[in-house]
Amino acid sequence: MSNNGTKGDVVLMKGNEAIAHAAVRYGCDGYFGYPITPQSEVLETLEALMPWETTGMVVLQAESELASINMVYAGAATGKAVFTSSSSPGISLMQEGISYIAAGELPALIVNVMRGGPGLGTIHPSQSDYFQATKGGGHGDYHLIVLAPKSVQEMADFVGLGFDLAFKYRTPAMILVDGMVGQMMEKVVLPPQRPRRTDEEVLEQCPWAATGDADKRGRNNIITTLELDSHVMEKNNERFQETYRRIEANEVRYEEYMTDDAEWLMVAFGSMARISQAAIHTAREAGIKVGLLRPITLWPFPYERISELSRQVKGILVPEMNAGQMIEDVRLATEGRVPVKHCGRMGGIIPSPSEVLTALNSLIEVK
Amino acid sequence: MNREDIVKPENKVVSRPRLLNDNVMHYCPGCGHGVVHKLVAEVIDEMGLDKTGAVAIAPVGCAVFAYNYIDVDWIEAAHGRAPAVATAVKRLWPKKLVFTYQGDGDLSAIGTGEAIHAANRGENIAIIFINNGIYGMTGGQMSPTTLEGMKTSTTPYGRRVDLNGYPLAITDIFAQLDGTCYVTRQAVNDAAAVRKTKNAIKKAFQNSMDGLGTSVVEVVSQCNSGWKMSPVKSNEWLVEHMEAKYPLGDLKNNTPKK
Repeated sequence: MSNNGTKGDVVLMKGNEAIAHAAVRYGCDGYFGYPITPQSEVLETLEALMPWETTGMVVLQAESELASINMVYAGAATGKAVFTSSSSPGISLMQEGISYIAAGELPALIVNVMRGGPGLGTIHPSQSDYFQATKGGGHGDYHLIVLAPKSVQEMADFVGLGFDLAFKYRTPAMILVDGMVGQMMEKVVLPPQRPRRTDEEVLEQCPWAATGDADKRGRNNIITTLELDSHVMEKNNERFQETYRRIEANEVRYEEYMTDDAEWLMVAFGSMARISQAAIHTAREAGIKVGLLRPITLWPFPYERISELSRQVKGILVPEMNAGQMIEDVRLATEGRVPVKHCGRMGGIIPSPSEVLTALNSLIEVK
Repeated sequence: MNREDIVKPENKVVSRPRLLNDNVMHYCPGCGHGVVHKLVAEVIDEMGLDKTGAVAIAPVGCAVFAYNYIDVDWIEAAHGRAPAVATAVKRLWPKKLVFTYQGDGDLSAIGTGEAIHAANRGENIAIIFINNGIYGMTGGQMSPTTLEGMKTSTTPYGRRVDLNGYPLAITDIFAQLDGTCYVTRQAVNDAAAVRKTKNAIKKAFQNSMDGLGTSVVEVVSQCNSGWKMSPVKSNEWLVEHMEAKYPLGDLKNNTPKK
C-alpha cells in the first residue's frame, strides 16, 4: 500500500487492510493477534506498516488467540486503546477473555471476520456468529457493542467508532463482519492520522487503570473480575446492566433504504444488506414496494424501529448467511404482527440476489 | 498490657514492609506465600520501584488475592494467562516493573503455553513461580509438579507415573530458552533460604528494568494444609523430598556482574 497520506485520500484496499490502516490512524496503542483465514491481512498489514516506528503503536503476533485476547485484556486494563482480530473459531477460543474484559469494565475492540462454522468449518464468508456476538458468547450476563460494517469504508470508519464507544462506556466493542467484506477490495477514504495519547493523557483519561502509578496516584488500582461476596457481585452486575441500558438508549444505529412507501420489508446486515438491496431493485421494477432496514449496531438492536415498521408492512424477510439467527430479534420486535421469514445459505455460501427475490416472492404468495 | 506497651521504637527490630498492606492474609499458617509476598514488597521498596512504577499480575490459585496484600497496581489474570498479560503491559509501558506471581497449577499446567512463549520472546518481565506441588486453593489436587507417590485428593493412593505422567521440572525448560537471562530455583523453608530468595527476586526485578530478557524465580514452597502435615514437618519434608526432585540453585545466570 503506497498511500501514506493525510485526510481525504481515496485508496483501493481490502476490508481487512482498511481495519489495520484505520487503527494506526486512530492512534491505537496496540494490536495482538494470531493468524487465521480470512482475516490474516489485519496482522500482515500492521506488520508491514511498522507503526512502532511512526506512532509508537505496539504490534505483536501472539502464540494463540488465547494469548491475544489476554494481551488485549491487559492493555485495556492499563487504559491503552488496544485491539485484536480473528475469525470464528479463533473468536470462540477468545470468549473467556472477552467475558473478563466485560467484567473488568474495560474498553477494547475485537474484530470477528466471520467464516462458516460450526467447528473448524470453512474459510468462506458467513454470518453464523450472530448469536455468539450479540447474546454474550462467553460466560455471565454481559453484552458487547456489536458493529456490523457492510463495506470497506465502514470497516475503516467503525474502528474509530468502536474504540470511541468502548471508551465512552468502558465496555468491549466488536466489529462483526462476514469474510466477504474482509476480503473484497473497494475504494475507501481513510481517516486522518491522529497522534496516540501520551502516557500522561492516558493517566488523566483513565484514573481507574492499572498503569503502575500507585505511588503518584496515592492509591493502587486493581483490575480484577473476582468477587467472592455474592451480594457485592450482584451489585457489580447491576452496574453492568445499567451501562447496557444506557447503551441501548443512546447507541442504536441503523440505515433504511426505500422504506417510506414500503409494503414489504427486508432486514439484513453486512454483505447480506447489499445483496438484499440488489434484490430490492429488481422487485421494485416488478412493482413490489419493498424496503430494507440494515442494523448497523446488532447490539443494541433496533427493536423499536422494526416494531414501527412492522405496523406499516405486510411481511418481513430476513436474509442471512446462516440458519436464521438475527430473525429471532426481528420476531421479538414485530411481536407477531406480520409474518417473518428467513432466507439464507449456510457453511460459507453467499446467497444471490435472485435467491433473495425468490424468497420474497414466496413470502408475498403465502401472505 | 496492650500493643503500645510492648512495641516501642527502641525495641522494635522488624516491622511490616511499607508496601505490605495491613490486611489479614487468607493464607494458611505455615504457607510460603506470605513470606514471598513480604520479600516482594521489601524488594520493590528497597529498589524504589514503586516510585518508578510497578504493575503486578496476579494468578488464579492460592495467590489470587495477592493484590490485597502488596500496595502496587495489579491486574488479575485469567487462569494461566499471567505471562500474556505481563507481555502486553510491559510492551505498552516499557519503563515500569512488570512481574507475574504464579503457582504450579497456573504456570506449569494451564498456563504452560503462555509462560514458555513469553520467556522465549524474552519479554522483559519477571516470573515468580511458587512451586508447592499441589493445587492448594481448590483443596489439594495433583499438579504437574506433584511428586511421584505423593498423595493428593485426585491421587488418593499416590501419584503413579503410568497413570499421571512424571513430575514436571518446568523451570529446567525455561533455562534452555534463549529469551531468558536468569533462571533460578530457591526455597523459603528457613532463614538462609529466605535470604537467598530475596536476592533472587531483586536480581530478577533488576533484569526486568535493565531489559535483559525474562527472569524466572522458582520458589519451592510449603503447602502444609495440602500436604496434610504440620508446618514444621512440611519444612522438613520440603528439604527431603521436594528439593530432591527440584534441587535449589541457579539454572542460568546471564546477569552481568556488577
